[in-house]
Amino acid sequence: MDVAVLFFLSSGLFLGWSLGANDAANVFGTAVGTRMVRFATAAAICSVFVILGAVISGSGAAQTLGKLGAINALGGSFMAAGSAALAVFAMTKAGLPVSTTQAIVGAIIGWNLFTGTSTDAATLITILSTWLICPVLAAGIAAALFRLTTRIIRSAKPHLLRQDAYTRAALLLAGAFGAYSLGANNIANVMGVFVPVSPFTEFEIAGIGTFSSVQQLFLLGAVAIAVGVITYSKRVMLTVGGRLLPMSPVAAWVVVVAHSIVLFVFSSRGLESLLESAGLPTIPLVPVSSSQAVVGAVLGIGLLKGGRGIRWRLLGGIGLGWMATPVIAGVLCFVGLFFLQNVFNQVVYQPAG
Amino acid sequence: MAAKESMLGRGLLPFRRTKALESEIDAFLDKLSESGLLFKRAVQIYLEEGASAEFDQKLQAVNRLESEADKLRRSVITQLYTQTLIPESRGDVLGLLENLDSLLGLYEGALWSFSIEQPEISAEFHGDYATLCDQVVHAAEAIVLASRAFFRNIEAVGDHMHKVMFYEKEADKVSTKLKRAIFATDLPLYRKAHLRNFVEHIDNVADRAEDVADRLAIYTIKRSF
Repeated sequence: MDVAVLFFLSSGLFLGWSLGANDAANVFGTAVGTRMVRFATAAAICSVFVILGAVISGSGAAQTLGKLGAINALGGSFMAAGSAALAVFAMTKAGLPVSTTQAIVGAIIGWNLFTGTSTDAATLITILSTWLICPVLAAGIAAALFRLTTRIIRSAKPHLLRQDAYTRAALLLAGAFGAYSLGANNIANVMGVFVPVSPFTEFEIAGIGTFSSVQQLFLLGAVAIAVGVITYSKRVMLTVGGRLLPMSPVAAWVVVVAHSIVLFVFSSRGLESLLESAGLPTIPLVPVSSSQAVVGAVLGIGLLKGGRGIRWRLLGGIGLGWMATPVIAGVLCFVGLFFLQNVFNQVVYQPAG
Repeated sequence: MAAKESMLGRGLLPFRRTKALESEIDAFLDKLSESGLLFKRAVQIYLEEGASAEFDQKLQAVNRLESEADKLRRSVITQLYTQTLIPESRGDVLGLLENLDSLLGLYEGALWSFSIEQPEISAEFHGDYATLCDQVVHAAEAIVLASRAFFRNIEAVGDHMHKVMFYEKEADKVSTKLKRAIFATDLPLYRKAHLRNFVEHIDNVADRAEDVADRLAIYTIKRSF
C-alpha cells in the first residue's frame, strides 16, 4: 500500500483513537467509576467487542453517512476525519462529553460546502432528528428499565453481597453488548468517510467467506478505537461515572444497557428487516452519539427520582457542546481543505462527471 | 469436558465466595444475638446465686463468642477489601460490624465487672435489674434484626429500627427509676455509687444499640438505588 494512503488514513486512526478514549468511556465509565469493574477488564472486553461490532455489523450506519456526503478523494477524507478528531479532542479537553458522530457530520457538511456538493437534506434531517430522538429514547428506556430492575430486586431481596456479584456480572455483559453496539454504530464515524476511497481489496479467507475492503477498513479503525480505549480512556471513565448525577451500581448498569440498546437499534440491519417484514416503520440506521445516549439515560433515571441531584448547569454546558461540536468541525474542515488544496496541492475532491 | 467444568467452576467462583462471605456475616450476627441471651441469663444467675460456677460458665461462653465474632469480623472486612467487593458500601459495612462488635464488648465487659467487683445487690432491686437487662437485650436484638435486614431486605430495616429506639427509651426509664431507688436508700455512698455503676454498665448496651441504629439509618439511605 502507498505510504501516502497510510498517511491520509492516519487522521481516521486519530479519530478512532479519540472515539476509543472518549466514547468508549461511556460504555464502561459508570462501571469503572463506581469501582465495580477493574479498568484492565473493562479495556480488554471493550477492545474485543468494539472490533467485533465494527467488522460484523458496521456497514448499516456507514451507508447513511455516505449519503450525507460521499467524500470522493483521500485528501478530503483525511481532512474531514482530522477536523472531526480535533473538534472532539478540543471538547474533551473542555470536559464536555461529545461524540465523534456530531463532529463527523459537521466535517462532512464542511467538505460539501467547500466542494460545492449539495448536502442531502433528507439524510441531514434524519441524522439531526436522531440527535434529539437518541437521548429521549435513552431516557425513556433507562427510566423504564430502572423501575423494572429496582422492582425485581425489591421482590427478589438478594443479599447485599449477592446483588453486588450479580451487578458486576451484569455490568460486564452490558459492557460487552455496549462495546459491540458502539463498534457497529460508530465505526461509520471513524472510517465512513474513507469507504468510497478505500485502498484495500477484497479477499477470500480459507473458503469461510470474503473479507471485504470495507471490513478491512473497519478492522483498522476498530483497532485504533481499541488503542484509544487502552491508552487514554481510564481517566475519562473515572470522571464519567457520577459527574452528572451520583449513581448506584444498579443505576450504572441501567445506563449502560439503555445506551447499548439505543446504539443497537440505530445500527441493526436485522432489526430493520424484522420491522420491515412486520409492516412497521423502520428505524433509520444512523450513527448516533454514545454520549447523547449516556447523558439521556442518566437524565431519565434522574427525572424518575424526581429530578433532584441533577446538575442542570452542567447539562446546559453539555447541550451547548453538542451544538458547537459540528459547527467547529465543519469550520475546521472547510479551512483545512482550503489549505490542503491550495497550499499543499492535494486533491480533496473529484469533480463529478 | 474437564476443562469445561473447571472453566464453569472458575466462572462461578465469585458466587461461591459471595455465599461463604454471606455465611460469615450471618454467623457474626448469630454470635451477637446469642451473646445477648447469655448475658441476660448470666445477670439473672448473678442476681439469684452471685458469681457462681454457672455464672462463670456463661461469662466464659460470652468471652468465647466475642473472640470468635472478632475473627469473623476481621475475615469479612479483609475479604471485602482484598476482593474489592461492594465498593459503594464496604466502608459502611466495616463501620456497622465494628459498632455491632462493640455491643459484644459491652456484654463481656459488664459480665467481667460482675465477676471481679461482685456488687452486693439487695433483693428489692433484683426485679428492676432483671427488667433493665431484658430491655437492653431487646434493643440489641432489634439492632441485630435491623442489620440482617440491611444485608438481605433493605426495606425491612425500618421495621426493626423503631424497636431499638423504643427499648432504649424503656431501658432509660428503668435505669433512672433504679438509680433513684438506689440513692433513696440508707446505703453508704460508696455502695450506692457501686450499684449505680452496674446500672450504667447494663444501660450502656441499649445506648450503644441506639448509636448503631442511627448509623444504620444513614447506611440504609445510602444503599437505596
